[in-house]
Amino acid sequence: MSKDNQVLEEFTSKEYEHGWNVNLEADEAPKGLSEDTVRFISAKKNEPAWLLEWRLKAYRQWEKMAEPTWANVHHPQINYQDIIYYSAPKQKKSISGLDEVDPELIKTFEKLGISITEQKRLTGVAVDAVIDSVSVATTFKETLGELGIIFCSFSEAVKEHPELIKKYLGSVVPMNDNYFAALNSAVFSDGSFCYIPKGVRCPMELSTYFRINAANTGQFERTLIIADEGSYVSYLEGCTAPMRDENQLHAAVVELYAMKDAEIKYSTVQNWYPGDKNGKGGIYNFVTKRGLCFGDHSKISWTQVETGSAITWKYPSCVLKGDYSMGEFYSVAVTNNYQQADTGTKMIHIGKNTKSRIVSKGISAGKSQNSYRGQVHIMKRASNARNFSQCDSLLMGDQCGAHTFPYIDVENQTARIEHEATTSKIGEDQIFYCLQRGIDEEAAVALIVNGYAKEVLNQLPMEFAVEAQKLLALTLEGSVG
Amino acid sequence: MLSIKNLQASIGEKEILKGINLEVNAGEVHAIMGPNGSGKSTLASVLAGREDYEVTGGEVEFNGKNILELDPSDRAAEGIFLAFQYPVEIPGVSTINFMKTAVNKIRQYRGQSPLDAVAFLQLMKEKMKLVEIDQSLLSRSLNEGFSGGEKKRNEIFQMAMLEPKLSILDETDSGLDIDALKIVANGVNSLRSKNNATIVVTHYQRLLDYIVPDYVHVLYKGKIVKSGTKELAKELEAKGYDWIKNEVALA
Repeated sequence: MSKDNQVLEEFTSKEYEHGWNVNLEADEAPKGLSEDTVRFISAKKNEPAWLLEWRLKAYRQWEKMAEPTWANVHHPQINYQDIIYYSAPKQKKSISGLDEVDPELIKTFEKLGISITEQKRLTGVAVDAVIDSVSVATTFKETLGELGIIFCSFSEAVKEHPELIKKYLGSVVPMNDNYFAALNSAVFSDGSFCYIPKGVRCPMELSTYFRINAANTGQFERTLIIADEGSYVSYLEGCTAPMRDENQLHAAVVELYAMKDAEIKYSTVQNWYPGDKNGKGGIYNFVTKRGLCFGDHSKISWTQVETGSAITWKYPSCVLKGDYSMGEFYSVAVTNNYQQADTGTKMIHIGKNTKSRIVSKGISAGKSQNSYRGQVHIMKRASNARNFSQCDSLLMGDQCGAHTFPYIDVENQTARIEHEATTSKIGEDQIFYCLQRGIDEEAAVALIVNGYAKEVLNQLPMEFAVEAQKLLALTLEGSVG
Repeated sequence: MLSIKNLQASIGEKEILKGINLEVNAGEVHAIMGPNGSGKSTLASVLAGREDYEVTGGEVEFNGKNILELDPSDRAAEGIFLAFQYPVEIPGVSTINFMKTAVNKIRQYRGQSPLDAVAFLQLMKEKMKLVEIDQSLLSRSLNEGFSGGEKKRNEIFQMAMLEPKLSILDETDSGLDIDALKIVANGVNSLRSKNNATIVVTHYQRLLDYIVPDYVHVLYKGKIVKSGTKELAKELEAKGYDWIKNEVALA
């Protein structure tokens, strides 16, 4: 035990590997939030009047709402007037190629191991890179364009495809859905937009990397993905953030819209700065993610690997409206030190013969708290709906907590619902067995944890599964007890 | 190769090993027998470095190194292998993956470059043949849902993969039927060479019909009370452990 504690000490005194700061001249909105702030953002982005009106409407709704308190997380009161709601890295002019991008930005990506040029040449992944709320480079647009696929920054989509934005913005997550979604709707800065036309199978993983950079800058990303009839797209969102002393608010909204026979696979690897070993700093990650299976036989699948953030409040959900539509949620959430995670999913069955599957793997270490919160709702019309849920918790040490809050509402007697849950600890026997085979303690923990999370990691696109495995190991190094 | 001098160890307040002396040379097979609770498994665990036990006295030298100062993983890398009495389950981790990690960690310790996928597969195929194990078993989660025989065979496979200098088999015969016992023993025998040594910890003589020892030691109340050749094992089988207990009581 004493040795375990020692290793734990060593690990917890480790600095966050991605913690550094790049000097980018920020173009910021004044601190605080008012109608003027909303107007400032909209003006900065040369937005059409209808979008400004939409933002203002959201702002007025947000003003009347109260921050939710039901989640199993605790933090000091957030002062929404002490946040800068818009900041953009300065660009001299619009860019036509990567060589025109600010070399500081390129360096940023290289430090993170995300060299865009490399990615472009080697991996065939189209990257829409977001730094401080404004997209600075979009690649592979031409290849995608030939198939009629639109993949661009949200701002660009507002300009180039206003009819799509007008029709689908807020169609899955209404502006007044919840406190943070309303906030995002009022002040969202940028994000990604993706449209896959009828019958097209997107030939590559679409991917976005998010970063928070300037101090005191809230991040309000907005992502909208529309998969037209019979299309398929796999989208990956990955994030790391630099070290900060002050807490930073991140309130993103992601909307997925799947039409008849369409399939959307959305994967996240989340590694925002979790705060230091004493629980100081770190990102507040309050995200609304929802997918609408609008058409019959449509499918939406969420996969998330959550290792970062001081507080995570996130429930990627599926509204199964189309008959025979299907929703999936695969999650690994890791918390260490003083991290708090309240995450899970909602599966709303509206259509007939709809199916959902939930696999949640929580891992708690240090003094962290890890909660699974999930809702399965079978509506009256949803005959023969089926759900399978599995919620597993793995505890490391004796000072952390794992909680499960499953909610099940059934309004149709033909529903079939299964729920399984387990709680386990990494055993000293398992560790010793590994040690005896020459595998050191850190590698042993990595091996055991990755084995535990395998079912979820297997859902990730291959090239990111390896990255995610490393991240899990990194987050938990030495925290055995 | 292995030199144990006056080794004493306890768990909590309870003293279990009360001064063990044992010399094992390369090429030798030693059997350690004894009634239940005599300290056989404790000896195996202490040599492998299990933290539950506290070494309170004595020395253990392995190829000139004081291994009591080494972490369990370093002892393994130095060439000590323990075949577990109760192999541990690790869900989601295949034996193949487990062994790939272990082989490369040990190579790293020895300053060798890691094996690439092709070389590893080749090594694995060769060893699979040697211990008569099926690849489908190795692709499954380590020991999860394995039968007793499969678990023990898997231990011997791992032993073959890691090519240890000293193998300690802790009650490897327990829970095996005669066919499984033969397969496991064949595996162990085919791995015997003049460069490595084996310590067989067992309660029964049965296993020693198949893995023939050069020396037999009887452990009782934390001490080796009698040593001899394989004939000693036969004598024990015939007379039972009470014979030893009485001898000790008289002395």
